[in-house]
Amino acid sequence: MLAYIIRRLFAVVVMLLVVTLVTLSIFFLIPKMTGSDPAAMFVGKQADPASIEAIRQKLGLDEPILVQFWHFVSGIFVGRDYTGGGDTIHCAAPCFGYSFRTEQDVWTMLVDAFPVTLSMVVGAAVLWLVLGVSTGVVSALKRGTVIDRAAMITALAGVSLPIFFTAMLAMLVFRTQLHWVDASYVPITESFGGWFGGLLLPWVTLAFLYAAMYARLTRATMLEVLGEDYIRTARAKGLPEPVVLGKHAMRSTMTPILTIFGMDLGALIGGAILTETAFSLHGLGGLAIKGVSERDLPLILAVTLITAACVVIANLVVDLLYAVIDPRVRLA
Amino acid sequence: MEPLLKVNGLKKHFPIKKGLLQRQTGAVKAVDGLDFEVYPGETLGVVGESGCGKSTMGRLITRLLEPTDGTVEFQGTDISHLGVSGMRPLRRDIQMIFQDPYGSLNPRHTVGTIVSAPFKLQGVEPEGGVKKEVQRLLGLVGLNPEHYNRYPHEFSGGQRQRIGIARALALKPKLVVADEPVSALDVSIQAQVVNLLDDLQQELGLTYVIIAHDLSVIRHVSDRIAVMYLGKIVELADRKSLYESPMHPYTRALMSAVPIPDPRRRGAKSDRILLKGDVPSPIAPPPGCRFHTRCWKATDLCKTQEPPLLELRPGQRVACHHPENAEGVTIPAARESVDVTITKAPQPTEPKPEPSKPEAAEPAEAEAPTPAEPEAAAEGDAPKE
Amino acid sequence: MTDKLTKTGAAVGEPVDTGKSAPSDAFLDVRDLKIHFPTDDGLVKSVDGLSFQLEKGKTLGIVGESGSGKSVTSLGIMGLHTVGQYGRQKAKISGEIWLNGRELLSADPDEVRRMRGREMAMIFQDPLSAMHPYYSVGNQIVEAYRIHNDVDKKTARKRAVELLDRVGIPEPAKRFENYPHEFSGGMRQRAMIAMALVNNPELLIADEPTTALDVTVQAQILDLMRDLQKEFGSAVVIITHDLGVVAELADDILVMYGGRCVERGPAESVFYEPQHPYTWGLLGSMPRIDRDQTERLIPVKGNPPSLINIPSGCAFNPRCPYADVPKGGITRTQRPELAPAGDRHFSACHMPQEERTRIWTEEIAPKL
Repeated sequence: MLAYIIRRLFAVVVMLLVVTLVTLSIFFLIPKMTGSDPAAMFVGKQADPASIEAIRQKLGLDEPILVQFWHFVSGIFVGRDYTGGGDTIHCAAPCFGYSFRTEQDVWTMLVDAFPVTLSMVVGAAVLWLVLGVSTGVVSALKRGTVIDRAAMITALAGVSLPIFFTAMLAMLVFRTQLHWVDASYVPITESFGGWFGGLLLPWVTLAFLYAAMYARLTRATMLEVLGEDYIRTARAKGLPEPVVLGKHAMRSTMTPILTIFGMDLGALIGGAILTETAFSLHGLGGLAIKGVSERDLPLILAVTLITAACVVIANLVVDLLYAVIDPRVRLA
Repeated sequence: MEPLLKVNGLKKHFPIKKGLLQRQTGAVKAVDGLDFEVYPGETLGVVGESGCGKSTMGRLITRLLEPTDGTVEFQGTDISHLGVSGMRPLRRDIQMIFQDPYGSLNPRHTVGTIVSAPFKLQGVEPEGGVKKEVQRLLGLVGLNPEHYNRYPHEFSGGQRQRIGIARALALKPKLVVADEPVSALDVSIQAQVVNLLDDLQQELGLTYVIIAHDLSVIRHVSDRIAVMYLGKIVELADRKSLYESPMHPYTRALMSAVPIPDPRRRGAKSDRILLKGDVPSPIAPPPGCRFHTRCWKATDLCKTQEPPLLELRPGQRVACHHPENAEGVTIPAARESVDVTITKAPQPTEPKPEPSKPEAAEPAEAEAPTPAEPEAAAEGDAPKE
Repeated sequence: MTDKLTKTGAAVGEPVDTGKSAPSDAFLDVRDLKIHFPTDDGLVKSVDGLSFQLEKGKTLGIVGESGSGKSVTSLGIMGLHTVGQYGRQKAKISGEIWLNGRELLSADPDEVRRMRGREMAMIFQDPLSAMHPYYSVGNQIVEAYRIHNDVDKKTARKRAVELLDRVGIPEPAKRFENYPHEFSGGMRQRAMIAMALVNNPELLIADEPTTALDVTVQAQILDLMRDLQKEFGSAVVIITHDLGVVAELADDILVMYGGRCVERGPAESVFYEPQHPYTWGLLGSMPRIDRDQTERLIPVKGNPPSLINIPSGCAFNPRCPYADVPKGGITRTQRPELAPAGDRHFSACHMPQEERTRIWTEEIAPKL
């Protein structure tokens, strides 16, 4: 088991290195191949050759890709100095690069943005897990009834309505009309109430989409599990219905849901761009958009890495949990 | 008579791969050295418990799988490693019927399309057109030719198996390999399909290899029977010899285990041999005789030395050091021949646990041990253990 | 333990006059059981008027092909016929099931639930899918024991290990911790039997207990079941399509077709003097391991009936080779009821008994 975890963690590191290399390559090699100058791209359209050259030196763009790769990776552990155009900028470890657009250490930007995204995603996840799974279970047990149909129609709406639409609708109703919630994000360290109020709408909006998917998944899985022979055996033993459903059926139903949940959680931390934008939350998604629109390579690289790391680690956690739940899965 | 199909040292090992690099850490020795022939017009039954490799064997001789080692000769041609295009002309002659009449027919195709598929694949235009031929085939297997345009789900299990048979017969094959053709069917329907296979064999002169786990069905349909255990043939004999005086202890145990549909014989259950435990894993089959872990007659010899498949009585080949019903068969001779055969063994991949014995130096005599009194053996009752 | 096997059979009595609901003397008494499932295509009459009785210490074999209603009958007795029926239109069950003097269909569902596993237990066909893959074999047995017995985990564990040992599982204390997938097929079925017997049930229902097993393992399990019945003295209902298995275990045999009983009686008479053309068909369809028969099998023509559209009259009529034998003015739409056809032997056929006996002895038996 321990050996397995170590091996998997090693694979995670390799994976992240590959992602770094690929991202670097995309941003350096492709412009080179198409004949445009990456340094000029960073500086902008009306840049003088001197500042382009300065950027080139600072970012080390004139060096081979593998050297750049090495600079980046070593920077994470020991920090890095950007020298060029006469001045030196020191980027302390962990250095994920320095954004010349915003003249900020990327790590600082990440540290600011990460709690926002994490709060939003985790809060929403709790909400959608509870809502989605319970709706799914009830729907399965009441299959074909009005309750089931209503739940499934709502779920269909949740799955099919785009998030910017539901976000707008939520804001219009709860913020503009009813004035139930406040506007913006407040860190939890400052005020729990403010944090909660500010995130409530994003939570509900995001959770609506995911709860809908989870309700459908839970319902389908539960129905399948209820048809299993071992559920019949559990009843044949004389177990009361709550035990049959709560213990025997739920444990099997939760397995696939857990898998999807881990993936979703990992992916959302780096990619809840629409929700963040709709609610003007300055999280990782916001950083990603900013990086892309401003061609801020260090920022893009860092956000990509964080996202990849979240997905890969979530994957690992899911695999480990799976082995705990299902004894048939052997980790070796 | 020339055999239609001749199998020599046939092996199929499925590699077990592990880890990121997919290193091979072992192999499932599903089929591990088979030798047999199938003669034109006969039915060879293959029985064994799950995991004995009988289905893999079926897929090897129809070349749905490629053997790891050994050869499959069809009408004198080695087909062991022919590619898809090399096999194409032979697909006309070798056809397969599968167990699951639900899974083996494409639910979105009509019966007409399913049965006529072989014509299209082979680019054959039957006399009188495809449709007419398909209808003739449907009639042949006892289905209504008018049901040409129906879909598989409109048929019952037995009828679907008939569709599978019609498809297999479309190109007038010489050899039909049927893998558990009736085991998914109800008793009354099973009998219909068994009779149909019988009739078709007589009408069309087909040769069958029928693979099944049901010893009663095998007894009914086969002329000769091969009993498999853990990837090997332990006994190969004509029906009468095999069922009336099985020589391999496993064959005997297998037959005695079948419940007899006769309540009056319930008292006579004492001669049932209850085997201990389960079939060992084909990943690491026991050394020596593979059956020794469950055999009541096993000796030290069995644990170390693999008994070769020898013709101990005319038409009855057995791989056992201590065969049953062996009165009249000179076992010492047989055992000597074991050593000789192993020294002369044609199986280069097998480890040879024992060096050759000098006294057994007459290979010519040993290769075909002729039993002294075959009749006596046939009459001999099972010795009580 | 309780009932020695000395009585000359007792499982099959007179066909029960439905409508009466006097408590039954028989240990298990099923009266005019009907289990119907409403579906979009129509009403599926899985069991359509089935009656039988069974005494303790005896074994009843219910034989039939797929869709004959034999499995649904067993689930109905256990009160499990609605399993997997979530939200669908509820199955309709009627008739009476008397177990040990108590009527189950009119009883409080929770009371029936408490009888399940304690007074009546069940073994299923596929032991791999019948066990929860996430719980150890031992814990599943412990669960079955503790739900009916107020004991601590240690006592229950001891009991489970004892049972695992009794059903022939080597190193039971060690195997207790194993999960179902770590057992072989035969071991799993042994463990299922241990689970079913953990509360000493008086009625044991085995639904195709050996169908998923290899023949050598089947022999082991049948042997075990026979021994255990002697030891525990329970009444056993064994449901199977395999006439060999019933011949081996059953004192009485009940042949089902289209949701109804077409013939029942002591095993010997059903095998040697079968009185229903369908039973003849089953016997003729069956290849024999014990005979070198080169003759063709005598199959039953056609296919089993759809349970939505069971032929009116005799359900077997469309497949019956003797449907045209004159029956003294009885029309095809009249349904034959079970009538005495020998000592404790009943059959539901319109043909006169002498005619049936003649057909069997002269036309069928010689060909088998």
